[in-house]
Amino acid sequence: MRKMLLAALSRVLQGPAAAAAARPGAVSEVSRVVVASRNYADFASEATFDIKKCDLHRLEEGPPVTAVLTREEGLHYYRTMQTIRRMELKSDQLYKQKIIRGFCHLYDGQEACCVGLEAAINPTDHVITAYRAHGYAYTRGTAVREILAELTGRKGGCAKGKGGSMHMYAHHFYGGNGIVGAQVPLGAGIALACKYFGKDEICLTLYGDGAANQGQIFETYNMAALWKLPCIFICENNRYGMGTSVERAAASTDYYKRGDYIPGIRVDGMDILCVREATKFAAEHCRSGKGPMLMELQTYRYHGHSMSDPGISYRTREEIQEVRSKSDPITLLKDRMVNNSLSSVEELKEIDVEVRKEIEEAAQFATTDPEPPLEELGNHIYKNEPPFEVRGPSQWIKYKSVG
Amino acid sequence: MAAAAGALRRLVRCGPQQVGSGRLPPPASRSPGSVLTLVPVSPQGLGRRLRLQLRSGIHGSAPAAVQVTVRDALNQALDEELERDERVFLLGEEVAQYDGAYKISRGLWKKYGDKRIIDTPISEMGFTGIAVGAAMAGLRPICEFMTFNFSMQAIDQVINSAGKTLYMSAGMVPVPVVFRGPNGASAGVGAQHSQCFAAWYGHCPGLKVVSPWSSEDAKGLLKASVRDDNPVVMLENELMYGVPFEMAEEAQSKDFLVPIGKAKIERQGTHVTLVSHSRSVGHCLEAAAVLVKEGVECEVINLRTIRPMDVESIEASVVKTNHLITVEGGWPQFGVGAEICARIMEGPAFNYLDAPAVRLTGADVPMPYAKILEENCLPQVKDIIFAVKKVLNI
Repeated sequence: MRKMLLAALSRVLQGPAAAAAARPGAVSEVSRVVVASRNYADFASEATFDIKKCDLHRLEEGPPVTAVLTREEGLHYYRTMQTIRRMELKSDQLYKQKIIRGFCHLYDGQEACCVGLEAAINPTDHVITAYRAHGYAYTRGTAVREILAELTGRKGGCAKGKGGSMHMYAHHFYGGNGIVGAQVPLGAGIALACKYFGKDEICLTLYGDGAANQGQIFETYNMAALWKLPCIFICENNRYGMGTSVERAAASTDYYKRGDYIPGIRVDGMDILCVREATKFAAEHCRSGKGPMLMELQTYRYHGHSMSDPGISYRTREEIQEVRSKSDPITLLKDRMVNNSLSSVEELKEIDVEVRKEIEEAAQFATTDPEPPLEELGNHIYKNEPPFEVRGPSQWIKYKSVG
Repeated sequence: MAAAAGALRRLVRCGPQQVGSGRLPPPASRSPGSVLTLVPVSPQGLGRRLRLQLRSGIHGSAPAAVQVTVRDALNQALDEELERDERVFLLGEEVAQYDGAYKISRGLWKKYGDKRIIDTPISEMGFTGIAVGAAMAGLRPICEFMTFNFSMQAIDQVINSAGKTLYMSAGMVPVPVVFRGPNGASAGVGAQHSQCFAAWYGHCPGLKVVSPWSSEDAKGLLKASVRDDNPVVMLENELMYGVPFEMAEEAQSKDFLVPIGKAKIERQGTHVTLVSHSRSVGHCLEAAAVLVKEGVECEVINLRTIRPMDVESIEASVVKTNHLITVEGGWPQFGVGAEICARIMEGPAFNYLDAPAVRLTGADVPMPYAKILEENCLPQVKDIIFAVKKVLNI
């Protein structure tokens, strides 16, 4: 049985494109074969894990130190993180082929953050982040093909090719913001709207360790605390603000304490369960009307700051490799699931295969979809305005503008 | 009403009727019910002299028209829009319990409370971003800058977060926010508190920029701005806040709006076009009143909106008068007047110019404090008269 399984898998892995082209259902057929031969009684329905205790600031109690993971949750988290991982690696590839231009800030290594956060909130809650946003665009509901097509600047992109890497939006996801730190007051404003409307929604407002030194963030802490806005400030501390390590940028690197009067927790951002439990804890705090909270997620990015940064001039390859081997979020989850009978290596490998296929197809779309038509250039200047004309590079070139 | 003119007022009929000269048709801009329009001559110092413009053939004042200061007009607009739409709220420094630094929001906190009228700390970048975020999430904030000079600290949020987001999101995320406050020179407030931002914000696609002069402008444009689904920068003027204007009955309606993007001909004329915005409109009208005695009929255009600019109205006027002068308080380089001249050159009106267009602007220096220096840093009525005569070669 094992031989059959391996043979089937290797067939698929050897020629995924060909197999897909020839028999579109190839992978699912294989997985159907595998599923048929698997005994579901082999898997547990859930397991409980110890998670790292969070450092606390101005809090008597913190998030729980154990977390329950169901099989479904585990598979879902795994698939989602793997999708983001492969999507980012595909973006790396496309960038090096010059099919993606401009800025491209990749999220691989940090997947546990966006997936863990999403697992703890409702789709009706709100999220805003900075420019390392592809993962969030995905967890907030944007299809991979639309993300990749936005990166390649095609009309099928989630912003019709007009935004690019740093400006992707979705329902209750406000980007994707290019100006470091500017998204933090925006997030508090969204939280103000949540409170104003009284719908029990909260806003997750993310920023990095580099942005944490922006003055406008402290202005925002003040107003959020003063007005008890339902805002979770989340610092994704990946140890480097571009090429500057946290020690060289911040007089205090305890980012979870920087909110001063705002209670804070420091979270292991490589452990999805830790992120999830901490976020649930913080969300409950905000929803109960107690005001904002601050979470620092200690995480790591494998890539440099952006695609134009090799990422090894300010840190060593050894450091990167150490994180990969000891703290990779996907590996951590995988090991947990396999060692606790929530899944098997084979099952997870199948998911890998499916994910790769999905990414391949999305990349195919992203590289073949046409660029937006020139007519699109003038659109979306004003909302709900009768059509008008927008000036081009000269007085004789005009574009029609509709909202 | 006409008989009530006091010692400090000089009754001058201009526009439709000149003393000693033949009748001319009334300017089309006179709103049907209005009879008297009070135009300030020099709002500071030497005692205000008001000119009354009489509409031909009407005796006495229409009972429904009232005198309203720009301040009260803005206050009414805020009140009406807060009442009309629950999503509208006002935030800024001193807007609530202090009744507004310039009393524009007087009485509103008492009426609407903490939820709708919010006092902010002195954190422009922070609270401007909060206003923009609130707009993205479905509210309709009015963000007051105590003066637009302080908006410079928050300008990233106005331009990058508010102005560009609809475009970057390909229409997915509208930002219905209004930024308002006093703009430009005041009286003796020094260089850091006197800058005009019309050109700065007018430069940026994605924003709308309006600049009221009269009470009608102020009320109608503020209401239109709040109802607009786009980020609007409303550049008021502190020196105009206390100036009363006639408000016609229709302007007192709760649904009275002044359309954004349309200029108003304040005074019809045939010899020269004076284009202006905000306080300078009043100076142009004063200059026109003086020039009329020498037989020069100035057409005075009140831009009302800086962006999108109503170039067509200016062009139509220049085609008629063949002469163009722009008047503004801001600095000359890359300013509103510069833009108007460029646009006129590009369009059909260029061929109708009998002389190069002329710009009157603030002097190209930071605003000094001493009164005599400050006065000479802004275009005065005498400067406008001088320019008209130069352009007409008289």
